[in-house]
Amino acid sequence: MTDQESRDREHARARAEREATHGSDTPDDYANADPNGVGPIPSSSALTTPDPADATISGSGVGAFGGRGKVRIGDKVFRYLTAGAGMFVCILITLVAVFLLAKAIPSIANDKVNFFTSRTWLVSGSTLQFGIVDLLWTTVLSSVFAMLLAVPVAIGIALFITQYAPRQLARPVAFVVDLLAAIPSIVYGVFGITVFAPKLHGIIDFLNRYLGWIPLFKKQISDPGTVFAGGIILAIMILPIITAIAREVFERTPRENVEAAWALGATRWEMVRLSVLPYGKPGVISGAMLGLGRALGETIAITLILVAPPSGAPFSPSLFYGGETFASKIANAAAEFNNPTQTGAYIAAGLVLFVLTFAVNAAARIVVNRRREFS
Amino acid sequence: MTAAAPTTLAGSSKGGVRAFKNTLATVLVTAAFGIALIPLVWLLWTVLSKGLKTITQSGWWTSSQRNITYRKPGGGVWHAILGTAEQVLLCTLISVPIALLVGIYLIEYGGGRLAKLTSFMVDILTGIPSIVAALFIYAVFITTFHGQRAGIYVSLALVMLMVPVIVRTTEEMLKLVPNELREASYALGVPKWKTIVKIVVPTAFSGIVTGIMLGIARVAGETAPLLILVGYSPDTNSNLLSGFQGSLPGMIYAQVPQLGNIRYHYAADRMWGSALTLIIIVMALNLVARLVARRSKVSN
Repeated sequence: MTDQESRDREHARARAEREATHGSDTPDDYANADPNGVGPIPSSSALTTPDPADATISGSGVGAFGGRGKVRIGDKVFRYLTAGAGMFVCILITLVAVFLLAKAIPSIANDKVNFFTSRTWLVSGSTLQFGIVDLLWTTVLSSVFAMLLAVPVAIGIALFITQYAPRQLARPVAFVVDLLAAIPSIVYGVFGITVFAPKLHGIIDFLNRYLGWIPLFKKQISDPGTVFAGGIILAIMILPIITAIAREVFERTPRENVEAAWALGATRWEMVRLSVLPYGKPGVISGAMLGLGRALGETIAITLILVAPPSGAPFSPSLFYGGETFASKIANAAAEFNNPTQTGAYIAAGLVLFVLTFAVNAAARIVVNRRREFS
Repeated sequence: MTAAAPTTLAGSSKGGVRAFKNTLATVLVTAAFGIALIPLVWLLWTVLSKGLKTITQSGWWTSSQRNITYRKPGGGVWHAILGTAEQVLLCTLISVPIALLVGIYLIEYGGGRLAKLTSFMVDILTGIPSIVAALFIYAVFITTFHGQRAGIYVSLALVMLMVPVIVRTTEEMLKLVPNELREASYALGVPKWKTIVKIVVPTAFSGIVTGIMLGIARVAGETAPLLILVGYSPDTNSNLLSGFQGSLPGMIYAQVPQLGNIRYHYAADRMWGSALTLIIIVMALNLVARLVARRSKVSN
């Protein structure tokens, strides 16, 4: 990423120069290009969409039909090939929804308790009884907690890399954060449960002593496998993705805005607050949402860390309690996927997880798009 | 971006509050980086110190875990490396052409309604949890078509995770190709598809290779599809089409039940050893990807 980053920078400089020389030719195009974040060559889409091959041919005076025939076949085939690949991706997502629905519905129909509000999960017997409310709570609690921890740190690191660190330092720092993303989640899981979680006793006791009157901080179990520990590990895991996106948008802050702030005598922090942060806000929001989506679906680390409470245990909203997320419930049962109705219950849980992550990811994208229209 | 900060000027004009805020922000921002460094160093140190003696044992890289239980020392990781390599290789062979075509479509033919939808769907695919991808493959190939759990299904589930990574890097790299190159090619009367195949893609090639390697690194450590779609086998099984297969994440996961065992520490040793092996492989892939990316800058 670091190389791409420097290339981005070079491009930004080249673009600035271009703008300076013939900015008046296409004022709207260039002015809008930056906030849209379309990329280093914003004019390319405008140029390529009306099919330039076409334009050259008709423009050079060749008969509109005469020149087309031989050029077009290869173009057509290639176009359909690429469009087909694009369509494949769209169909794939549709198929995911269709297949999960098809396999989940029979089991949900046979469910003897309410699927959305029940806390029981008994699928091994002859009758199916399963509800998702506990899974939903643990999933959302751990993920939101992780996001709240990760976002401020990610913004800090992104600012450090783009605005504060000298260039020689920025690269290694970015590299180090990217390394966090390279560590497989199962390694986070074994590290979390064997080394990290047992070290949290002190913090948990401290928070419980002073904030224990809030249900969220009431200590429930002495086992280290709490949502608290899982959430922190999740936060570390989603840190790189949020940082990467924040870094990218901060880097693209228009130079004019930065220099205008300097010219007004702003301190570095004021410059950041006046030009970098407002410009990067939609990007940071979408990065946070993407991180949330990652956390919601994270499977193996959470499966290893969280200790499942015994069935029939009373509900607890506390962070200092175990639990199961959608993903860990499915992973824990994966070895016993035998008969279709029982598996259907887990596929139903997977379907809810799919809908949840779909909604969060789609929302992330909509936030960015809408902000683009305003800015 | 590294223009000199006129902090002294600001500090003198408007009293200490602004200067204080500025210093505070600098401290916090720098601290943020320190916070990220702690878990990284801690984790790498843990894995390295606990796993090093295992992976330097003789036979670690060349033998399997055949006939070795948690009560016995020895054995190696070969079966796991082989399984992971096969699954990831098949996944790469399927993913790369699809992802390349999608990336080309989005950048070179983008703008239409299908392109917008595709771009949206790639975003969704990026965010799809690995366990959902695995459940989908399970629902299609195992419940619907009555297949038996096998390595090939893991590859298929991994395709869903790898494609979006490669699509996004391909897109980024194609965007970096100067438009002048395309226009020059069009001006010479070269058809658009040939321009893409002979000019645009070769220019962006090393960047695309970087994306592929990052994609490989991303899926090599995936565990969830392994749990659902293939069992873990301590034996060497090179057949993707049938039977349980060893894999690095699977091997780590298989040792977890014996972690608390006080009498026998072999499972724990083995777990850290395989975790270190996995990290070494994934990190090596990442480093190579970066080196390739660096080379591309020269050719640019």
